[in-house]
Amino acid sequence: MLSSYQESIAIFLGVNVLMAFSVYVPTSAGLISLGQAGFMAIGAYTSAYLTSRFTSFDVPFGLALFLGGAAAGIVGVLVAAPAVRIKGIYLIIATLGFGEIVRVLFVNFEPLGGASGLAGIKPLTTLSWVVATCILFFAFLWRLRSTPLGRAFVAIHEDETAAEAMGINLFRTKLMAFGGGAFIAGIAGGLYAHFALFIDPSQFGFSKSAEAFLFVILGGSVNPLGPVAGAIVVTLLPEFLRFLQDWRMSFFAVLLIACAVWRPGGLISYRRAAHP
Amino acid sequence: MILLQQIINGVMLGSTYALVAIGYSLIFGVLRLLHFAHGEVFMVGAFIALCSVWYLHVGPVLAVVSAAVGCAALGVIIEFVAFRPVRRRSGGMLAPIVSSLGVGLLLQEVATNIFGADQTRFPPQFEATLYHFGSLFVTSTQLFILGTSFGLMLLVHLFITRTKYGLAMRAVAENVDVAGLLGINSNAVVVLTFAVASALGGIAGVLVGFAFSAISPFMGISMTIKGLVVMLIGGLGNVYGAMIGGLVLGIAEVLTVGYLASSYRDAFSFALLILVLLVRPQGLFSGGLRAGH
Amino acid sequence: MTPAALLDVRSVTQRFGGFTALDDVSCSIQAGSISSLIGPNGAGKTTLFNVISGLISPSRGSLGFDGTDYTGRRPDEIVRLGIARNFQQVRLFPALSVVENVMVGAHQKLPRTGLLDFLGGPFSYDRVDRLARSIATEMLDLVEFRSSGNTHPQQLTLVDQRRVEIARALASDPKLLLLDEPAAGMNPSESNQLGAIIRKIRDLGRTVLLVEHNMRLVMSISDHVSVLSAGKVIASGTPSTVQAEPAVIAAYLGNL
Repeated sequence: MLSSYQESIAIFLGVNVLMAFSVYVPTSAGLISLGQAGFMAIGAYTSAYLTSRFTSFDVPFGLALFLGGAAAGIVGVLVAAPAVRIKGIYLIIATLGFGEIVRVLFVNFEPLGGASGLAGIKPLTTLSWVVATCILFFAFLWRLRSTPLGRAFVAIHEDETAAEAMGINLFRTKLMAFGGGAFIAGIAGGLYAHFALFIDPSQFGFSKSAEAFLFVILGGSVNPLGPVAGAIVVTLLPEFLRFLQDWRMSFFAVLLIACAVWRPGGLISYRRAAHP
Repeated sequence: MILLQQIINGVMLGSTYALVAIGYSLIFGVLRLLHFAHGEVFMVGAFIALCSVWYLHVGPVLAVVSAAVGCAALGVIIEFVAFRPVRRRSGGMLAPIVSSLGVGLLLQEVATNIFGADQTRFPPQFEATLYHFGSLFVTSTQLFILGTSFGLMLLVHLFITRTKYGLAMRAVAENVDVAGLLGINSNAVVVLTFAVASALGGIAGVLVGFAFSAISPFMGISMTIKGLVVMLIGGLGNVYGAMIGGLVLGIAEVLTVGYLASSYRDAFSFALLILVLLVRPQGLFSGGLRAGH
Repeated sequence: MTPAALLDVRSVTQRFGGFTALDDVSCSIQAGSISSLIGPNGAGKTTLFNVISGLISPSRGSLGFDGTDYTGRRPDEIVRLGIARNFQQVRLFPALSVVENVMVGAHQKLPRTGLLDFLGGPFSYDRVDRLARSIATEMLDLVEFRSSGNTHPQQLTLVDQRRVEIARALASDPKLLLLDEPAAGMNPSESNQLGAIIRKIRDLGRTVLLVEHNMRLVMSISDHVSVLSAGKVIASGTPSTVQAEPAVIAAYLGNL
């Protein structure tokens, strides 16, 4: 049906959609994170270790993915606990710093390959896995919007003080937003690892976090369609720009600037541009 | 290497961080925005100097000057292309992040296309002469870097506190509306700020190129992040905090490499950042472009 | 103070830097009453509200509700205790519809969404959601909100927005409702309507504490009035007693 190349692109796109979701969840509660690649790394390394290095018993792929996500989620909650007191720009820089710390920690962690990375990961990711996971999370996030927690995210994003005055526990809700996003990033990392078959810390650096951030900023964060659209456009656009060869990414960079100037609200958004 | 030697190396490295962080602080001070392409401006500075050495055969001083002038111009262009139009249409802080990320990516790509992705270096005639002070070794390169950085920091201090342009910058940083009422053209101040900040960043790029004999299109990425971290540690928008933060980070990194392992070097800045955020989130010295109190 | 006091404000002092907004303020609110807090602009009424609702922690003094000292608790904990409020400048959530705004208030006292509720949602089987929605509809009805619940706050008139905010506060089933200038921007017939609604709320067993500038409204519905001026309580009693107090007249005239 799809050529092997097209299938790779589709899997890649799916992973990006999940990374976009991982930024979308905290963003919907007003928490901007530029460090999601760190959680992706945790998920990638954890699940890769469980399927391809852990010899005590056979870990099924689904379980490994879940545990990778859970590890990332737990770290997310731990990181968020002190971080939710921090606002705005400080939080952005802090998450940036966190992402880098994770990267450097993996560079120094020899049991999982250190700077040379982890090779020989079992090729367990298929297009079906990726598509199923994306659909699952999309449905979940869409449904979440009609639940008290989902509305609490929106409330906090719009007016933290009023939200708290209406009985919403800011700390716990923000922790859930951050932890949830981290969990999704961890799953994305697991799927990526078992597709790329080789992972090393440099793949999970600032560029990865910035890319995920862009998916949501460009696509809009009003509902889960936004991150999907953002991921699709940003991932597939370079493919259509192949004819530009070496100037492909430069053109893309110019597009980014143009987008920021003319459509600050994102591609799918009905909110006024003044709402970041 | 003895401790004092390490500290001197650290101060040298830290002073370059300080120059970059000052640029971030100046821009944050007047615009309340993060300039994600500043690290790439730093990188461009190194390449401009490299080109003027290769094609115009200038010495180190003129190389630095060419970088300063070139980057000042680049900074002004960036303000007109990527910041001002966004500012006009949106008051948020996210759109400028996107456009500055775009600028950074663009500069990196252009540099890669022109110079290739590999590392290059300044030609051998820039090799240093070694001086002895007792058991301390200092190269002429290091002296040059130290002299230039500290000289520049002093100039920045004088500029901010003694000139009417510096005063205008501080006024805009404190309160844009009131500054406007006093007749200050805040747009012009922003342009000037970008010029100064970018010049400093470009000079830092040259100095780092001298110090490590390594110039590549990717040298800006880690500087982007480190500069932001230093700025946060020193207090957002506080120029003196940036100076001290930069020096602290430089010394800390060198000591980490010397006494722990070189691969932990980068993590140190972030560990420091986390520590600061936990203990004193507003940074070591809070407040805006204040004249050192 | 007296054992039946629902809310006890005890010697509350609030300083902002060098400025003392509240100076040793004490008052008690009886359960089932409509009490009002009046005073010239800048007297500290909203600050007192912010202290009572937990947005600020008092520099000195303590707060008791239903016999329990709750000084220093967070605003969301205070909602669970049974105190709810609105805001002087309406602070509804623009991205949520009117009904959703009110449901946010309702959820604080309802059980949490369970797995069955979560999965059953698309099939209209969300028990918690249904409960919240019915409470919301009930409250919107109580405040006589007649437009569609699916509109968003920014599309409503100011008066309707104020109604929705009151409904949102009511949705958490509070024993004490704090209303900060609910009649601001209303014409006489609208404020009469508001007075009737506040009476209805009281008749349903809740206590209301009102900050208001609209003297007609205050005097007509209040059981008890406290007067604040420059951070101090200068008079307290029934509406007629307070109206006649020379200190109160002086405080208002002095501000002309």
